[in-house]
Amino acid sequence: MRSLAYTRFELVRTFRNGRLLVFSLGFPLILFFIIAAPNRNEHNFNGSGISIPLYYMVGLVAFGAMSGLISSGSRIATERTDGWTRQLRITPLKPSAYFFAKVGTGYALAGVTMILLYASGLALGVSLGAGRWLEMTGLIVVACIPFAVLGILLGHLLTADSIGPAVGGLVSLLALVSGTWFPLGSHGFLHDVAQFLPSYWLVRASHVSLGGQAWTAGGWLVVATWTVVLAILARYAYLRDTARV
Amino acid sequence: MQIEKAIGVELRGAAKTYRTAGTVVHAVRGIDVSIDRGETVALLGPNGAGKSTTIDMVLGLISPDAGTVSLLGEPPRDAVAGGLVGAVLQTGALIRDVKVRELVAMMAALHPHPLGVDEALELAGLADIADRRTHKLSGGQAQRVRFAIAVVPDPAILILDEPTVGMDVEARRAFWLSVRAFAARGKTVIFATHYLEEADAYADRAILMSRGRVVADGPTTEIRARVGTRTIRATLPDVNASELASLPGVTSADRRGEEIVLICSDSDAAIRALLDSRPDVRDIEIASAGLEDAFIELTTDPDGTSAEAEPQEALV
Repeated sequence: MRSLAYTRFELVRTFRNGRLLVFSLGFPLILFFIIAAPNRNEHNFNGSGISIPLYYMVGLVAFGAMSGLISSGSRIATERTDGWTRQLRITPLKPSAYFFAKVGTGYALAGVTMILLYASGLALGVSLGAGRWLEMTGLIVVACIPFAVLGILLGHLLTADSIGPAVGGLVSLLALVSGTWFPLGSHGFLHDVAQFLPSYWLVRASHVSLGGQAWTAGGWLVVATWTVVLAILARYAYLRDTARV
Repeated sequence: MQIEKAIGVELRGAAKTYRTAGTVVHAVRGIDVSIDRGETVALLGPNGAGKSTTIDMVLGLISPDAGTVSLLGEPPRDAVAGGLVGAVLQTGALIRDVKVRELVAMMAALHPHPLGVDEALELAGLADIADRRTHKLSGGQAQRVRFAIAVVPDPAILILDEPTVGMDVEARRAFWLSVRAFAARGKTVIFATHYLEEADAYADRAILMSRGRVVADGPTTEIRARVGTRTIRATLPDVNASELASLPGVTSADRRGEEIVLICSDSDAAIRALLDSRPDVRDIEIASAGLEDAFIELTTDPDGTSAEAEPQEALV
């Protein structure tokens, strides 16, 4: 009940913030149409076997979801600077409920991005069976977990004025090396490094259209490992952070 | 049991030391304070005296290195979890993108036995701006919102950390009326302040801190009386403060430009001796000590340096 009260409060605050919504929902959508619309009939993007609209639909869901989830860290950093987290610590609100609200809000933003891009993908001719849509969505939801945790970690490590560039740069870099903008192929240095990033597996959710398993066991392991490691660090950062900022 | 129930806030030997690269700051050096339920207590002291660290320990935001802190007989974190504590903290901005009423209602929903939202808004004088967004408020209004979220849990203990900094006189008076109205419900109120007149006007009792220690603790009238009963001010260049301090009846002497200030245990003896030794002294004023003099006296070291001159660090 109490955790839901705070989650509801966070959702109201977030979806009332017009600028946040325009930028976090608008950019992936605009990029999608700029890149995918002229190439809507390309069904085998760079030999990946995936159509360009599907490839960029998932790529930009990944981009938008990563931005949305990690940017919950920006809001945490601002709230720390403003002393709001100290105020919350003298309420009965449990840390788990606070994090649930933050992660839930990040996922809600990511979910809206996903719905908008799915609709745009359908408009550009993406066609998948219902089972494939579900499978893809499930993989995206799972691959987003480490980024939700990363947002919390960065929110407690960085200050309000340093987190903006840090998040922007990090998301751009991860998107680039994880194949958001072009397929990485099946070998080479970039491909080998990307294997170890959860963002790579996030982008690979589009492989559901190829039939078979979109993720290898290694993919699940990478996502799980990042989640656990980041969660331990985030917990430590949270517990350490009782001082005035 | 009855006796234990009467204690609102208790610190026993509470100490906190901060260690940062190369420096050690003893923010609080072992203090014993016991505050009864229903008391309104002012926590006074210069910057760096340890007030904020003390408040953070009471709120359970930091743990003491030594000693204990208890609120209604419970550890601070348990008291907080039970909704017994409300606080106006020293902070930058209010959280954005919410209306005043939504913020207060959310805070109420986090607590087990809150006041009604309207009651809290009324108490804080916010009824007419309840539908405004928090980032469109003036400084005084924002501070009243902080007060509303501190009292909406209906806490037994209310802590205010320099709550009226930056308010104008009118806003300050209105704010203290709200605090009084809440304290009248039998609440324990502790506030840290720089404004001595606030301690004088609104507290039953004042606790003076300096350099991490409690240097005086009692009714404000008593603290005033503890100090030299009179202060002599006069214009007298070319004389050492230390020379004046050795005059009979003078407990301490200070120079402020051409002016000298003598705090006296026996001002009659002191003024005779002063006129005998320095007939050129002019513009003499003799006044009974105010709380401010008590404050300066009690927070100043015997060697004459004020605690204020100490290098500060960020956390206290």
